[in-house]
Amino acid sequence: MAPTETDPGTPSTSGSSAQEATNPPRTPNRRGIELVMLGFVAVLVTSALALISINQESQPGTQILYYGLAFLALFGLTHLAVRRWAPYGDPLILPLVAFLNGFGLVLIHRVDIGNATEPEGPAASAPSQVAYTAIGLVLFVLVLKVVSDHRTLAKYAYTCGLVGLVALALPAVLPGFIAPPINGAKLWIRIGSLSFQPAEFAKILLLIFFAAFLVSKRELFTTAGRRFLGIDFPRARDLAPVLVAWAASIGIVVLERDLGTSLLFFGIVLVMIYIATERAVWIAIGLSLFALGCVVAYPLFGHLQERVNAWLNPLTSGSSGYQLRKALFGMAEGGIGGSGLGGGRPAIVPYAKSDFILSTAAEELGLLGLAVFLLVYLLLTARGLRVALAARDSFGKLLAGGLAFTISFQVFVVAGGVTGLIPLTGLTTPFLAAGGSSLVGNYMLVALLLRISDSSRRPQQPSKPQPKQPPIAEAHTELVERPR
Amino acid sequence: MNKPLRRVAMAMMAMIVLLLANATYVQVIRADELRSQSGNQRTLYQEYSTPRGQLIANGKLLASSEPTGGERFKYERKYANGPAFSPATGFYSFVYGSKGVERSEDEVLNGNADSLAFNRLQGMITGEEKKGGNVELTLNPEMQRAAYQQLAGDGVRGSVVALNPQDGSILAMANAPSYDPNKFAGQSRNEQAEAWNELKDAPGDPMVNRATSTLYPPGSTFKLITAAAALESGKYDYDTQVTAAPSIDLPKSDATLPNYGNNTCGTMPTAPLWEAMARSCNTAFAEVAGDVGEQKLRETARSFGFGADLNVPMGVADSSLGEINGPAPLYQTGIGQRDVRMTPMQNAMVAAAIANDGKMMKPHLVDKTLAPDMSVLERTEPEQLSQAVPGDTAHTIRDMMVKAEQHAGNEGKISGVQIASKTGTAQHGSGKDPHGWYVAFAPAENPKIAVAAVVEDGGNVGANATGSKIAAPVARAVIRAGLQGGG
Repeated sequence: MAPTETDPGTPSTSGSSAQEATNPPRTPNRRGIELVMLGFVAVLVTSALALISINQESQPGTQILYYGLAFLALFGLTHLAVRRWAPYGDPLILPLVAFLNGFGLVLIHRVDIGNATEPEGPAASAPSQVAYTAIGLVLFVLVLKVVSDHRTLAKYAYTCGLVGLVALALPAVLPGFIAPPINGAKLWIRIGSLSFQPAEFAKILLLIFFAAFLVSKRELFTTAGRRFLGIDFPRARDLAPVLVAWAASIGIVVLERDLGTSLLFFGIVLVMIYIATERAVWIAIGLSLFALGCVVAYPLFGHLQERVNAWLNPLTSGSSGYQLRKALFGMAEGGIGGSGLGGGRPAIVPYAKSDFILSTAAEELGLLGLAVFLLVYLLLTARGLRVALAARDSFGKLLAGGLAFTISFQVFVVAGGVTGLIPLTGLTTPFLAAGGSSLVGNYMLVALLLRISDSSRRPQQPSKPQPKQPPIAEAHTELVERPR
Repeated sequence: MNKPLRRVAMAMMAMIVLLLANATYVQVIRADELRSQSGNQRTLYQEYSTPRGQLIANGKLLASSEPTGGERFKYERKYANGPAFSPATGFYSFVYGSKGVERSEDEVLNGNADSLAFNRLQGMITGEEKKGGNVELTLNPEMQRAAYQQLAGDGVRGSVVALNPQDGSILAMANAPSYDPNKFAGQSRNEQAEAWNELKDAPGDPMVNRATSTLYPPGSTFKLITAAAALESGKYDYDTQVTAAPSIDLPKSDATLPNYGNNTCGTMPTAPLWEAMARSCNTAFAEVAGDVGEQKLRETARSFGFGADLNVPMGVADSSLGEINGPAPLYQTGIGQRDVRMTPMQNAMVAAAIANDGKMMKPHLVDKTLAPDMSVLERTEPEQLSQAVPGDTAHTIRDMMVKAEQHAGNEGKISGVQIASKTGTAQHGSGKDPHGWYVAFAPAENPKIAVAAVVEDGGNVGANATGSKIAAPVARAVIRAGLQGGG
């Protein structure tokens, strides 16, 4: 993996600063690479769009070129904002996200075309997805601008946690006319014609809360407590937030019928505790709690049993396996090389542009295309983890690690569900799937990653070399010291 | 915190590797299995997006794929004269699958057959769209049309099968009532469902291929097999005297068995075997059956193809003699009553075997398969199933059948053509009008066509129906169509 401090070849303790350019030269921020990569992505996306119209036997017009240019302009502007507010941020994150988002637009457009030929098909989503992309990028820039130092976020940890929990629970408790159940899950809040999924934003807020909370309690976790069976058990009151998280995730399943979010939520909490405490035993405890939760919940909830049955027997489980069956057929049709963009029939699969967009990709771009997407996600999360490794403060480390893991875990749950590896749960594919809340939320998420990476790679004023600077000293933890 | 972070990174990589492995499993290893799943619309759409091959008979187009101009289904199946030919062509539907030759030759028609691999490769290089291969049927379109018109025109239920006795080609295979396969060729699921339900509940089961799957009591046509068994037993020949009594008492029972109309067989107390055949005397053949015994009768029936699994390519139901327990049932079996059941196909095969010096050829419907450019891929070679009876026995029975034709009415007679035939009038339960049968081949000296026709429930005649009244005209019309058309 990456070195712990900073990029290879960029000595971080070179002692040079932005102000006094003595020797060696200024730390390269490699923003140029980012711009080149964005251009490359724009070319790829434009070519993909052109391929669709060729395969649909219509002439690719100059319009496609304009789309490509608009795409480039949008990300170019974002790039400029990054130059302005996070000049030392990781140069790969934005191009990777642009790649995913761009191809998401292409695939959504592709499914729109397929839906258009069918009577009563779903309405086109590509135009609104473009709008969401713009909104997402604006919020991305806003996060970079407003959060000038991620460490300030730790101050608002409890606020974030509370707001996050409320947001998470909101659709479940609100009446039906504001929070209508869609496909049996109450995840949406609808105001007028706008609807959004609070869970997508709650995710980030809760991440911030957990990172700050765990960093402040780290020592307690590992020291206070009693040994039992050779394992250091923390005190019950330190354990409480974990139990709360576990209970909340079960609660989500019960109230909102959203297996995906609960799984995601639980996974994040578990991994963050593990990173904070460096004790694998937490994973074991968490997994056994998870197993217990499954055992308890399985007989109680019909939809859970249905999901598991659909996963085990997608071909024979009647209507409950319908979606997965159709997706598997699509993927089989695609084979290794895929049918080509615009050459397949992805619209047969229900939710082909949202939950099942990966099966759309697998059908039209084949196993190879799907592998590319999965590897791009891997790259993105690897960059995220590099940010975590390079971060100078514990809070940043933990937050970045949590954010990176969130993306990859979400991909795993979705892609695994769609390809029949694990039971299908309703999570969105980050940056790829049609859906405003998810796109905007994830843009905010990577903005935080960029912010943390910017702060860790920014050349610092030379200070007295301290052999080991406790990172906790940086964190503002006054709030945490409240008596209970 | 860096150590756990690195471990988390490993876990992420492992997750992605798992996903890739599973995707490979789905898209490569299981792909074929998934593609061939029933209910996989994609495979279907794929098939509808390439022109499916044609079904041809003697230069006439029976089924073809026409461009629709649509998006999901680029081609649509069209059947010329659908109801007449549907017993052979079957149908091809994206809702109900396929039947008939559409089903049995699917690989050729959709272009996926191994024999078409070279064409597919060519298409890949030249960039032409995939085309299906064509299938040429053995049917004689004139005979097929005549057969269907005879049945459907009269509004009767029944079935006709005509074979070429020398090579087993099926020249005609028609049913009434029939169905129109065009009704299942459309793109509307609802319309298809409507048509399907309508036909499923329609009187007379139009979807059933009577020729191959309906088992009828054969009545007196079975006397051909009884006669063959008698001749083979060595106890009988052409002139052997048999009883001419108008009715006999069945042994070990108090039932009697009369001749048709209680007539004596000719003018004497006994009659030669040929006359018993010509006049279709029940008493004589019942006694003959009792004399040769159950075993010999079964043996002969088996050599004529009873109980053999046969696909032509559609499966043919097994004809059988049923249970024979005791002499009285044996007597009745000898005249094709009791539990004897035969398909029209089986009865045509009996006539064809007698016509072809006792050699029974395997009936087949597919003459050859053709590449899209009409070059022959594969030709069906005539195949002998068995030697049903030795040649001289076959000739003896033929001579009897020539005599029998003189007693089989004159309706639809063809001047200048000697037909050898046997009629049958099969009672099947009280209160129901009998089925009329007529099996024949022509010309008697040099048979080109063997035919079996059955008309159910007295046709348009009712209780007085006989094979010569209702089935003979139908079969003769088919023979005429065949001989005039140079068939």
